[in-house]
Amino acid sequence: MDNIVTAMLFATVVAGTPLIITALGELVTEKSGVLNLGAEGIMSVGAIAAFAVAHDSGSTWAGVTAGMLAGAAMSLIFAFLTLTLMANQVASGLALSIFGVGLSAFIGKPYESATMLAVPSIRIPLLADIPFIGPALFDQQSLVYASWGLFAGVAFFLYKSRAGLVLRAVGESPVSAHSIGYPVIRIRYLATIFGGAMAGVGGAFLSVFYTPLWVEGMVAGRGWIALALVVFATWRPVRVLVGAYLFGGVMITQLFLQGSGAQIEIPSQFLSSLPYWATIIVLVVISRNVQTIRLNSPMSLGQPYRPD
Amino acid sequence: MWKLEPRPEASTTMRYASPAIAVALTLVGGMFVFAALGKNPVEGFRIFFLNPVRDLNAITELLLKATPLMLIAVGLAVGFRANVWNIGAEGQYLMGAVASTGVALGFQSTGSVLVLPAMVVAGAIGGALWAAIPALLKTKFNANEILTSLMLVYIAQLAVSWLVFGPWRDPAGFNFPQTETFTDTALLPILIEGTRLNFAFVIALVVLAAGYVFMQRSYAGYKMRVAGESAAAARYAGFSAVGMIWIGMLVGGAAAGIAGMAEVAGPVGQLTDKISSGYGFAAIIVAFVGRLNPVGIFFASLLMALLYIGGEQAQQYMSLPSSISKVFQGMLLFFLLGSDVFIQYRLRRATAAK
Repeated sequence: MDNIVTAMLFATVVAGTPLIITALGELVTEKSGVLNLGAEGIMSVGAIAAFAVAHDSGSTWAGVTAGMLAGAAMSLIFAFLTLTLMANQVASGLALSIFGVGLSAFIGKPYESATMLAVPSIRIPLLADIPFIGPALFDQQSLVYASWGLFAGVAFFLYKSRAGLVLRAVGESPVSAHSIGYPVIRIRYLATIFGGAMAGVGGAFLSVFYTPLWVEGMVAGRGWIALALVVFATWRPVRVLVGAYLFGGVMITQLFLQGSGAQIEIPSQFLSSLPYWATIIVLVVISRNVQTIRLNSPMSLGQPYRPD
Repeated sequence: MWKLEPRPEASTTMRYASPAIAVALTLVGGMFVFAALGKNPVEGFRIFFLNPVRDLNAITELLLKATPLMLIAVGLAVGFRANVWNIGAEGQYLMGAVASTGVALGFQSTGSVLVLPAMVVAGAIGGALWAAIPALLKTKFNANEILTSLMLVYIAQLAVSWLVFGPWRDPAGFNFPQTETFTDTALLPILIEGTRLNFAFVIALVVLAAGYVFMQRSYAGYKMRVAGESAAAARYAGFSAVGMIWIGMLVGGAAAGIAGMAEVAGPVGQLTDKISSGYGFAAIIVAFVGRLNPVGIFFASLLMALLYIGGEQAQQYMSLPSSISKVFQGMLLFFLLGSDVFIQYRLRRATAAK
């Protein structure tokens, strides 16, 4: 990796990975008609659970599993509130985010100065020898490759499998799905837990693979950006992938600009705010066409359903 | 087997009992948390929930802490009633703090009595302008106000950081990221000698009263309530959805901005990079626990302030991280949302025949 293009591309892929994992999970949840705004909180709890377990056990994969389980457990609280008790999904999701961010800070206190070895990257022979993009794409950490597998799996599940068809039917019209005999609530539970588990892995990527360390507030809005990505992607997996790398690119560009230091007279805080401005701009561009959103968003998104 | 059965009509009793149940469950849950952490639950209860109200001085600290919460929450409630989800109050609070700090730094040397009122107005305008961005993007481009207002929180935090590390840094402040401290001209007067409780508490009570009049007695407030309960009914009656979004966002932003002013001109006495303390998010919980009603919000903000101070006490006397208060705040909202189900539903034993 001896040139800046490859270095930036490499870093972009890394920065986009937690967004891909979290947003694909949220996409599946939303396709079933459930809007879980708790991603930020789930990622935070996933990040600290993964870091704590990976740090104490010395096993990266034990850490990722812990992040996944913690994420699933968090989303189970949300699912119980909104699906069993029919609580408002927006309020419950916000509650989950506030709770998760607080809980992660609480659990994480003893780990604040803990350090861990970086997870080694895995070089894929031949592919990694392609000029420029090879080292950026095919000399990455295992979870980066796994995120591509997740993308393929989610795309296949939603559009090529029978179970995915049922899930989408539940999201479009829970009443019809119920009358055909599908267990709407159970399907929504599963979709919500899957989304939570993935947000947990997204958090685990941040704390165990990306940095690797724990700092309070390290998720820094990525959960919310992942939610915006799902809207940006108009609920399509392939656009989640593209969007996540675009955002990763914005994050990395501002880091490189900050790193390049003296030549530019732009305050670092302004550069740091670029990903958040980008999120706002992207939402505006996508949402201004009301028809696009209406046609693509799951019909029953955010609405409670109670079978009789 | 038990099952939920819809009530013939919503239970008014449960509407008001639900927050009390949620508080009780949080207290019990809190004792379980202490036990799980290997602390004596009774001791934990005493330090966390009783210490903050042990004497007059402690109670004034509680009121001081509750002041920004009730200000922000009553502003948010106006919007929440009409399903305008302004989640970025934390950013509006920060921008209110920035705007009023600008007035303080510029004019406090004049010693004029007009400086404080001008700071209040500047705070309200700063918060309202920051809230106008998501309102504009929502009404013009249909962009989700939850996500845009939230992104603006991070941007506001970075803006504060830039100001206190850069142009506004106190040259005599040993390089700490903070402005020079305000003089008495720009500090809110103390209400009770020997305590930190200041005039912002009175402002908050006035805003609560104004919020009550607006929400319960004004035509605009009535329209927003209708819109929140049934968007279709509001459309049919010809109420402007765009107007409600603007009112909801601007009122919320202005109130949060005043809270920001109260913080820099009150206990903190300057703008620092630690001014963002999560009040904007805690106030969301306050608004819900207070049933989006100014009277309820008053009591809910006291409760939330108790949780904040309890966390500080737990840090001091039990060596627990103070973020434990956020865990309890989240628990409180979970329990509230859960027990709210019994407003519309009741538990019935399913008949054996089934």
